[in-house]
Amino acid sequence: MRLRPPARALLVATAVAILGVFPLIFSSPTSTSIAVFTLIFMVAACAWNMFAGSSGYIALGHAVYFGCGAYTLTLLANHLGFAAGWGVFALVPVAGIVAGLIAVPTGLIALRARRHTFVVITIAFMFIFQLAAFNLGFTGGSSGLQPPTPLWSVDTYNLNFYYVTAVVLLATFVLTWLVRRSRFGLQLLSIRDDEERARGLGVRVARVKLSAFVLSAIPVGMVGGIYAYFLGQIFPQFAFDPLFDLSIALMAFIGGLGTLVGPLLGALVLESLQQYFTVQYGSSQAYLIIYGALFLVVVLLLPRGVIPSLEELISRARAEPPEQGPEEPGRTADTIEAVR
Amino acid sequence: MSALIEAEGVGKAFGGLQALTDCSLSVAEGSVSGLIGPNGSGKTTLFNLMTGYERASRGEIRLGGESITRATPERVFALGVGRTFQITRLFFRLTVLENMLVATQRHEGWLRSVLRVAGSAAERVRALELLEFVGLSGLAARPAGELSYGQRKLLELATLLVADPAVLLLDEPTAGVNPTLINQLTERIRELNRAGKTFLVVEHNMEFVMGLCHQVTVLHQGRTLLTGTPEQVRADPAVLDAYLGGADDDDL
Ligand SMILES: Nc1ncnc2c1ncn2[C@@H]1O[C@H](COP(=O)(O)OP(=O)(O)O)[C@@H](O)[C@H]1O
Ligand SMILES: [Mg+2]
Repeated sequence: MRLRPPARALLVATAVAILGVFPLIFSSPTSTSIAVFTLIFMVAACAWNMFAGSSGYIALGHAVYFGCGAYTLTLLANHLGFAAGWGVFALVPVAGIVAGLIAVPTGLIALRARRHTFVVITIAFMFIFQLAAFNLGFTGGSSGLQPPTPLWSVDTYNLNFYYVTAVVLLATFVLTWLVRRSRFGLQLLSIRDDEERARGLGVRVARVKLSAFVLSAIPVGMVGGIYAYFLGQIFPQFAFDPLFDLSIALMAFIGGLGTLVGPLLGALVLESLQQYFTVQYGSSQAYLIIYGALFLVVVLLLPRGVIPSLEELISRARAEPPEQGPEEPGRTADTIEAVR
Repeated sequence: MSALIEAEGVGKAFGGLQALTDCSLSVAEGSVSGLIGPNGSGKTTLFNLMTGYERASRGEIRLGGESITRATPERVFALGVGRTFQITRLFFRLTVLENMLVATQRHEGWLRSVLRVAGSAAERVRALELLEFVGLSGLAARPAGELSYGQRKLLELATLLVADPAVLLLDEPTAGVNPTLINQLTERIRELNRAGKTFLVVEHNMEFVMGLCHQVTVLHQGRTLLTGTPEQVRADPAVLDAYLGGADDDDL
């Protein structure tokens, strides 16, 4: 949002403070558990949006990196004989790196195509990886795998997972913020608007797209690892889940594709709602109806998502006098500021 | 004057359609050269070949003597060739100033490009100077999609200048632009040319071509017919034939 820097800093500080104290205030295991899942999806939606929202390439296969992170953490913890406890969290960055490495060849292949073909290829990758997880020996097939389970009390269990995920979320948000203000981020946006023209201006589009793709896969892999450790088990259909892909895309869409905080907001609302309904009414997939309804409402009423529509409202409210005429010259210092 | 960018015996087929059969053209360093020809004669295709957007089926494209026949658009731009498109292309959802910052030719590693803010203070100042130069500085913070047709053409030109290319290829820069802006455009091109920039301009507006170009090449049905001064070209019977045969003769 186009807020003045002090207001922005205050907003961020408030958000971080809420993030810090939330599980201390809402400390029941139910709410902290919902909070952990919500944070996991906030990370995923935020990271996904950094690539897809900025470049306009709507990837629907990031479950590949989520699942690879989940299996990486579980396999390494089991085979390297990690004792259950804090030590296993050291494998979270490793899960991210492995996911990033897998994103290199898959991204290279998918990014050779554009638009619908690109989307279809990413979906295909998701199913290929799910199939592999079902059929390869070391993944345990359909009976899945169990990472070590820490012997924490219920309260500390959720709290520990909460704060680890919160740190990953902060790091992911800082990353997307850095990308957004950078030249690299501007190049991604130029690719979204007109890729051919960007090439004609010297943007090395293949390199920019691939590195953004890989960069967005890393946090997704990290929360995949956290997810597996948190649940204490991992199955192919949950690690490589098409609904995961739809969910994070929907979260970003509803909040505002390509905005910094939109996907966080979308994930916050959708995932906590979904978890709440699961807790209340058992693990049905009734939440999908709500997803669909919300999506329709947003598409019909706020087609660009909540955050951009809010921004528009605010700037319209601010601009009481008619905006300055187009041909008005000068105002250099102002314009430099305005564009930052 | 030596040739800065040249095409030699270039051909291009799209499936069965021979868009270019035999094209040779040479743009002298420091000149403003024109490329004219009826619609469909292959002018845009030749631009696409020269800037890496399409691969020549045969022949060679050279920049300063070095072959760029197989270079990508990114590479061609980095080597100092900028182009505009017949149908203006901008980043419509970015602001005018952001459009200017995309092309900034800073040679930096990938990590630096992620960590540093887009557009250093010096780059922003330079970008605003160039916007001033084309008369758009008051619109710097507006989305490019809000610009008028003529303003878009001017911005497209300005975005190239940011990177200080040696040659500018302009594809129909005056098409659909009002006379005031055409004059402004002509003046800007003259001024840039005096400062040492080389131009190759595709145009239908003959007044514009005759007033601006040092030499003109005529393309007809995928072949370059001849190259000469504007006067020579206007007097040449083959050119009259080509145009009378095709459309757009009232432009001549
Ligand atoms: N990508 C393409 N695929 C098929 N045919 C093309 C393509 N680009 C151009 N052509 C054809 O090549 C010929 C030359 O077109 P073009 O270079 O646009 O002409 P001009 O710019 O002189 O009007 C036309 O017949 C056009 O239809
Ligand atoms: Mg053309």
